Amino acid sequence: MEKTMRKGDRGRRIIGSLALCSILLGLYFGLIAAPPDAYQGEAQRIMYLHIPSILTAYLSFFIVFIGSCLFLWKREKRDDILAYSAAEIGVLFTGLTIIEGSIWGKPTWGVWWTWDARLTLTAILFLIFVGYLMLRSLIEDESRGAVCGAVLGIIGFLDIPLIHMSVYWWRTLHQSPSILRPDKLPWENVHPSMLIALSVNFVAFILFYFYLLSLRFRLGEMREEAKALKLYGGS
Amino acid sequence: MELLKQTGWLLWKDLLLELRRRESIFAMFFFGTLLLFVFHFAFEIPPDKAAEMAPGLLWLAFLFTGTLGLTQLFQAERENHCLEALLLCPLDRAALFLAKVSFNLLLMLMVELVVFPLFWVLFNLTSWAILPSLILVAFLGTVGFCVLGTLFSAVTLKARARELLLPLILFPLMIPIILATIRGMEILLRTGQFDEAFSWLRLLLGFDVIFLTAGFLIFEWVIEA
Repeated sequence: MEKTMRKGDRGRRIIGSLALCSILLGLYFGLIAAPPDAYQGEAQRIMYLHIPSILTAYLSFFIVFIGSCLFLWKREKRDDILAYSAAEIGVLFTGLTIIEGSIWGKPTWGVWWTWDARLTLTAILFLIFVGYLMLRSLIEDESRGAVCGAVLGIIGFLDIPLIHMSVYWWRTLHQSPSILRPDKLPWENVHPSMLIALSVNFVAFILFYFYLLSLRFRLGEMREEAKALKLYGGS
Repeated sequence: MELLKQTGWLLWKDLLLELRRRESIFAMFFFGTLLLFVFHFAFEIPPDKAAEMAPGLLWLAFLFTGTLGLTQLFQAERENHCLEALLLCPLDRAALFLAKVSFNLLLMLMVELVVFPLFWVLFNLTSWAILPSLILVAFLGTVGFCVLGTLFSAVTLKARARELLLPLILFPLMIPIILATIRGMEILLRTGQFDEAFSWLRLLLGFDVIFLTAGFLIFEWVIEA
């Protein structure tokens, strides 16, 4: 038990230091190596954070969904801890995305916020998963909270395509994706150094995300252990 | 077949209880009507703007009244350990879900039966020809609301501050329903064309089917937890 724990700690430390290195590398590529955008100027550099953070947030909500499904199926406590941890970090990254987006939107579009489809979708996702955290904190019975959270995790995930469709039909202003376009290959319409900066930052965010997730997961596990100790060891 | 029979009995129990107590239904009637008045005072809608604004206001009234009803939906089960007794019965849990959804739906439809004509009169609407398609949109929207509402009313059953929590988690999930019904009705009122609202209608139908199925499968775990 102790040995595996130490192994896990070492793995986490490796991921953490890799994340730190890649973040520094990403900062270099994003701030120095990549040229400023022809139209948007320096403000465009926020994209090197904005795109990775929203993709990480999506990944996070996918992990919530997977964790919730696994929990309802197998009833293992660790799946629930995984879903809860991913939801917390997902809320963090979605919040960051919205803030970065506003900072970028002000000089580029002239407004902090606009009711565009993708912005609205992100804000709704944020609200759904803040609701998840509130639900978890307001249900006292642990096992019931886990089941209810899993239900919200699944329903929330199933709802995403529908929300996506409805807000898209409602309005669209956001610029169309410039990297994953069907008519051109990625390196044909984006400068290669920009693409490098973006990819390095993406890797950095994923590593950082998994570092945070493993920390939060360990915290959840330790909470369970402490509870078990209190339950069987008096006091 | 057995499932439908069980659903019928459970629905009958809920209806009988509501008929004897008349708690939710009256509160919802009055609240819905009151909201329409408040909205009218707040916005002073000119007749030429009625088609654009009325659907949104009507749906706000439905949403708030519906939420009021949802917080009371499992009230009877919460008292005197009735939920435990119900779970001890040899019943299919899905029947429990279907019964609650249809009870909630009936309640909402009764309220809409009063609020809708009032809304028609208060906003001076005259497009009689599109009334059936408006009712269809409203019906599909209400079904979606009841399905998701019942599921989450069960989820928040034993939470602290559940009356506050329920709308907080329900409304963001309900966005497709809210948008589709309001936009659909608005298009119908403005253009009178059924075809243009059709894509919204399809979205509503999809929402209803997806979450009815999901609720049907998931409800068992929620209610037993």
